[in-house]
Amino acid sequence: MPTIEHNGNSYNCDEDGFLLNGMDDMNDDWIDYVKGVEGIAELTDEHHKVIDALREYYKKNGIAPMVRILSKTTGFPLKRIYELFPSGPGKGACKMAGLPKPTGCV
Amino acid sequence: MAKHDTPLLDELEKGPWPSFVTDIKRQAEKNPDCWDILGQVELSYKDKITHWKHGGIVGVFGYGGGIVGRYSDVPAQFPGVEHFHTVRVNQPASKYYSTENLRALMALWDKHGSGMTNMHGSTGDIILLGCRTEALEPFFYDLTHEMGQDLGGSGSNLRTPANCLGQSRCEWACYDTEEACHHLTMHYQDEIHRPAFPYKFKFKFSGCANDCVAALARSDFAVIGTWRDNIRIDQAAVKEYIAGNIASNGGAHSGKDWGAFDIQKEVINLCPTECMWMEGDELKIDDSECTRCMHCINVMPRALRPGAEQGASICMGAKAPILDGAQFATLIIPFIKVSADNEFENVIEIIENVWDWWMEVGKNRERVGETMQRVGLPTFIKVMGLDPIPQHVKEPRSNPYVFWDEEEVEGGFERDVDEFRARHAA
Repeated sequence: MPTIEHNGNSYNCDEDGFLLNGMDDMNDDWIDYVKGVEGIAELTDEHHKVIDALREYYKKNGIAPMVRILSKTTGFPLKRIYELFPSGPGKGACKMAGLPKPTGCV
Repeated sequence: MAKHDTPLLDELEKGPWPSFVTDIKRQAEKNPDCWDILGQVELSYKDKITHWKHGGIVGVFGYGGGIVGRYSDVPAQFPGVEHFHTVRVNQPASKYYSTENLRALMALWDKHGSGMTNMHGSTGDIILLGCRTEALEPFFYDLTHEMGQDLGGSGSNLRTPANCLGQSRCEWACYDTEEACHHLTMHYQDEIHRPAFPYKFKFKFSGCANDCVAALARSDFAVIGTWRDNIRIDQAAVKEYIAGNIASNGGAHSGKDWGAFDIQKEVINLCPTECMWMEGDELKIDDSECTRCMHCINVMPRALRPGAEQGASICMGAKAPILDGAQFATLIIPFIKVSADNEFENVIEIIENVWDWWMEVGKNRERVGETMQRVGLPTFIKVMGLDPIPQHVKEPRSNPYVFWDEEEVEGGFERDVDEFRARHAA
């Protein structure tokens, strides 16, 4: 399994750069690292709002929220989420939040 | 990459059908990574199990789909397929190409990927098989900047729409399937590239009930051409068929001697509604009883044509078995004009009706056909803003579990048991 080094931290990841141990391994340096690889220039409160919403939902429900639930809870339309996370809510935001990799017919 | 021994795959170079093994070997002469495709497939033949890891999330910035990530679970043995992502490229309507376009696309793929393709995926896309993560953005840049082409769809979104070749070379097409497919593909780029749905959703456009793109079986939203006036009959050509001067079915059964053409046996007696007959030497059709199954037109294409007042039926909800069982699409709109003149706005209105509803009530990974099953056809018809008609069902329900709305029942649902007991002592 690839190990990612960033700011002196090391993270166990899969090939797609998702944290293998999920949120337990996630910290501010992880967010800073994902920011670099997912095409995010500046991290704003809006980014954090999305991340927090994902984490809260995952902790409560054990799954990632559907896109329209994420839009509802954050108040951001999908277009805005793509402006914040160019790879989208799955590859971008879920990765940054430390959620497991989306699966299914993707 | 080194060549691998592939005794099992080598067997598949025998026989008359074009061999994918021979083709991959030929490509491997140019791109040695392809030896590892053969190596890994050979290993799978031996082990009888796939050697691709679970899932894979890769893509290009701005899009939430279009690329299917894949990683080998034996990368040390086959480094050439360590990353083997599939890129879906949106195909032109009906898959007409110029060699100029295909050569340019293949030059790009030789540069960025394995050179292997699937022409085409079942949904319609040009499938480019096998490239590394770091090649995705450069390939996407070249595809859009040099070729003016775009990715197709993947994920919980509108997948790449597809159509039968329609009026481009078929005399039965009842609307311009290519224009409809192209127009709606362009109109819904956002829905194709950025997954926003409970699950996948597919459009398919067929020009007539022969349904050459299998819209009824393989799309959530099937637009199938039809007409509502009379079949156009050329009686002189009917006589030519009867006289044996024109081969029936366009000569489709010429490989075997089926005897002389017998219009009674092969057309009239096979009509599902028995609405055809001969009057002297003239063929008659009671069009009010015709269900437009296409059989007579298929048998005598030079004598019979679809009517002139053309449009389409819209059927919804087809899906493969997972989770609740396979479904063909259900008839929702029996007849609608499908025309570029109004930029398909009446079709778009129906699409948005379904989406508005399904995006709100559809459960996670629930196809629209399953949502329809869950709420029931009457509810679905109602939320679509339609009036129920007999054409919506093959047969009426046989069980008596009929729901009524409170306002449909005199006196409503609020009843007082004491009032009942006053008349019926316990």
